[in-house]
Amino acid sequence: MTEVTLTNVIKRYGAQQAVHGINLEILDGEFVVLVGPSGCGKSTTLRMIAGLEEISDGQITIGNRVVNDLPPRERNISMVFQNYALYPHMSVAENLGFSLKIAKRPLAEIGAAVAEAAAILGLEDLMDRKPGALSGGQRQRVAMGRAIVRHPDVFLFDEPLSNLDAKLRTQMRVEIKKLHQKVGNTIIYVTHDQVEAMTLADRIVLMRDGHIVQVGTPLELFNQPEDTFVATFIGSPPMNLLDGVVTDAGTVRLADDQELTVPVSARSDVRRGQQVKLGFRADNLSPVGHGVAEEGETAELNLIVELSEPLGTETLLFATLAGTEVQGKMLNPRPVKPGETMTFRLALGKAHVFDAQSTKVVRSI
Amino acid sequence: MDRNRTHRYRRRMLRAAHLTALFLTMAVICIPGMWIILNSFRPTVEIMAKPPVWNPTFTLDHYRAMFGGVGEGGVPVFSYLWNSVVISGTSTLIAILFGMSGGYAFARYQFQGKSGYFVGLMLFRAVPGVALSLPLFIVFARVGIIDTHFGLILVYVAMNVPFTIWLTDGFFRQIPKELHEAAEIDGCTRWQAFWRVEFPVARSGVASAAIFAFLTSWNEFALASQLTRSVNSKTMPVGLLDFTAEFTINWGGMCALAVLMILPALILTFIVQKHLIAGLTFGGVKG
Repeated sequence: MTEVTLTNVIKRYGAQQAVHGINLEILDGEFVVLVGPSGCGKSTTLRMIAGLEEISDGQITIGNRVVNDLPPRERNISMVFQNYALYPHMSVAENLGFSLKIAKRPLAEIGAAVAEAAAILGLEDLMDRKPGALSGGQRQRVAMGRAIVRHPDVFLFDEPLSNLDAKLRTQMRVEIKKLHQKVGNTIIYVTHDQVEAMTLADRIVLMRDGHIVQVGTPLELFNQPEDTFVATFIGSPPMNLLDGVVTDAGTVRLADDQELTVPVSARSDVRRGQQVKLGFRADNLSPVGHGVAEEGETAELNLIVELSEPLGTETLLFATLAGTEVQGKMLNPRPVKPGETMTFRLALGKAHVFDAQSTKVVRSI
Repeated sequence: MDRNRTHRYRRRMLRAAHLTALFLTMAVICIPGMWIILNSFRPTVEIMAKPPVWNPTFTLDHYRAMFGGVGEGGVPVFSYLWNSVVISGTSTLIAILFGMSGGYAFARYQFQGKSGYFVGLMLFRAVPGVALSLPLFIVFARVGIIDTHFGLILVYVAMNVPFTIWLTDGFFRQIPKELHEAAEIDGCTRWQAFWRVEFPVARSGVASAAIFAFLTSWNEFALASQLTRSVNSKTMPVGLLDFTAEFTINWGGMCALAVLMILPALILTFIVQKHLIAGLTFGGVKG
């Protein structure tokens, strides 16, 4: 059983603090993705777990063992790097078997383990090649193979797909997920790409400026964002946010004096006159007849479409509502001309309300 | 049609000019060497002849005399060769060990006054070696290491370490740090990660640094001529002076010894050069 626990982990570089007291419990066999914009401390956190970066304060345990002062080699982990870090002077087979050779395992065992890893990743035909003679995707697979061979307690991935082109990235994403289903180890995966986070993770840890903003399953983060940062970071396109004020009647008045009957009165901690941000996803703003049938309250809005992005099964529509650019989604799309006025239906029941000042969500309980 | 012809004509002229320039440059570089090799096989009268003799007579007299007895113009070739090999080889080995450690430290670690140290090392290179000969002579004489292998090795190590540090620093800098991190995660200690991963990858760089260090020591004359006295420690370049007497210079003999001196360095460079070129373009890590 290999749980990974971070307790109040801090990283300082001189006077500067990069990671501010992170607490996280990762379960055995869980696929956890650390995601956030660049410079949020996600890679530093991963490198602290790996032992490549010293821990300034706090405690990290891997499988009930405090690893703060253990060098990387004693933590029984594997890591896949962004630039793969294959050993350029060794063949693929030697790269795969390197860790076992260092551990002085018998040759027969090394051969078997290497063959097994090669079979899992389809590397059999490349065994004698040097990394220099491999394509990006092949190098990526060798790097993963090198990680598998050791049968580590925990896999660490540091932005492993960011050097691949879009098509290959999608393909490798599937392979990583398959790999996890096959070997079932704990995986900690760092990325700045929310799509990777959504598709791969059992649980997402969203970070910003060295803090954890929200931890949850992909759907929790998508459906119940804690604040406007989560709302705009997770999901594509990002959530629309409109400025508004809570009225006496319990509705939200937008900047253009339009009032929307968002069921805010049902929310316990909402105040009259509170400055709020009204958030809704593009999926909940669709032209009449081109959306998902919504239950609950809706509002009909006439908007001028400024721009459309056809994506095949759906078309993204850009319009201005109460002085803010919003995006809507059109299912079963028909061609849309720029400047065309369309009637949109906004599903008010799916709307989120955030406090304008703290950016935190106004809870609906 | 016409334009094509002028174009072709111009291209041919350019090519001719190009080849001529190349030939002249190569001539400037090679003629002294050719002169040495040719004259080592010619009788002295022919070397000194005015006007020059265009049809050389081939003779091995100079080589025979050189290996001959002292009275017949012989010099202790094997002693000199041995001294040169020992001194250059040992000093290169030591300089590479120290230089590589230093270069690695400069490339990988952060420490106080790092750039200061580095500039200091480079400044040391700016001091002409001869300027050091008198102070070195006095110190060495006091310590009693004049005319010893040890003394010269010490000097050459000091001369070569800064340059080796500078070269290897560049090579280690090119190796992404993820390589040793990956090795450490794969179970290596820091030491193993260096020897099993980083060193093999930088091997060509280290080899080129070694060649530079070796050739510097092998060819060094100014300091060696001050700090050596006898067959105990005289190196090949100093040995060449044996052919100068008060009133005469035995050009033929000097050339023959010079050929012997050039040969090992030439062979060594030939062996390593393929390695150098191949190694300079390693590409296993995608950035």
